[in-house]
Amino acid sequence: MTFEQLIFYLFSATLVAAAVNLVTVRNPVYAALSLILCFFTSSALWLLLEAEFLGIVLVLVYVGAVMVLFLFVIMMLDLNLDLLKEGFTRYLPIGLLVAVVVAVEMILVVNSGQFQAPYPAAPAPVNNTEALGSLLYTEYVYPFEIAAVILVVAIIAAIVLTLRRRPDARKQDISQQVQVRRADRVRLVKMKSERSE
Amino acid sequence: MIPLSHFLIIAAVLFSISVAGMFLNRKNMLVLLMCIELMLLSVNMNFVAFSYYLGDMAGQVFVFFILTVAAAEAAIGLAILVTLFRNRRTINVQELDAMKG
Repeated sequence: MTFEQLIFYLFSATLVAAAVNLVTVRNPVYAALSLILCFFTSSALWLLLEAEFLGIVLVLVYVGAVMVLFLFVIMMLDLNLDLLKEGFTRYLPIGLLVAVVVAVEMILVVNSGQFQAPYPAAPAPVNNTEALGSLLYTEYVYPFEIAAVILVVAIIAAIVLTLRRRPDARKQDISQQVQVRRADRVRLVKMKSERSE
Repeated sequence: MIPLSHFLIIAAVLFSISVAGMFLNRKNMLVLLMCIELMLLSVNMNFVAFSYYLGDMAGQVFVFFILTVAAAEAAIGLAILVTLFRNRRTINVQELDAMKG
């Protein structure tokens, strides 16, 4: 067994174990942490496939941003854990059955001989980030811009959905400030001058 | 050297585990969202493996787009979840039947 195979089987076993832990554990915080482990190990597998840029993006974007968002939401919500896990044993047989059927079907298809590919002969002459960037900014530039629009829509949607207007919150009303007239603010008082003794 | 089918089998096993997770955690919407993330990860694994073995960078470009859409989906899903919890005090999927006819 070569070193590459050793790495592959080690990380694959970790990945499957973390995924099983994710779907069976009771506490959502532990589930989120298992998902983080899944992302880390898949990133290692992607590095094995010479997809360095995507492996690093997976760690930076997913573990650094999306999973932190998940953990924030889990800790903000006050969850009743007993209620959420009831029915687990009732759905266990059908869940296992469906999962085994799906897995066996997919593995039969994959092993049918149609998915044999020769090993790639030589590594690409340029580095992975450069190759991906040159493809992304030339041939796929319109999909790239659409992806940017999708991210903007997601930002706006997330803000609008969670924005809460409280009646007692104090804030500036710019139009009222601009339209103010002199009479609203300044009052001239006419009074007799006092005579000093 | 590791053959292509090993990567495809790992992705298939990951996908079926997340399908099982959908059945097992049908009360907890948070874990359902995490299972969706795991499914997208297994699909991405297929894309990266084919991209390496067929020598075509287009697969990695598509992984990039899937990652973008999945991040947007997670952000909006969690925002909906927070709003839901604020209004109903629960994230149990079985109790969220306000739109049932």
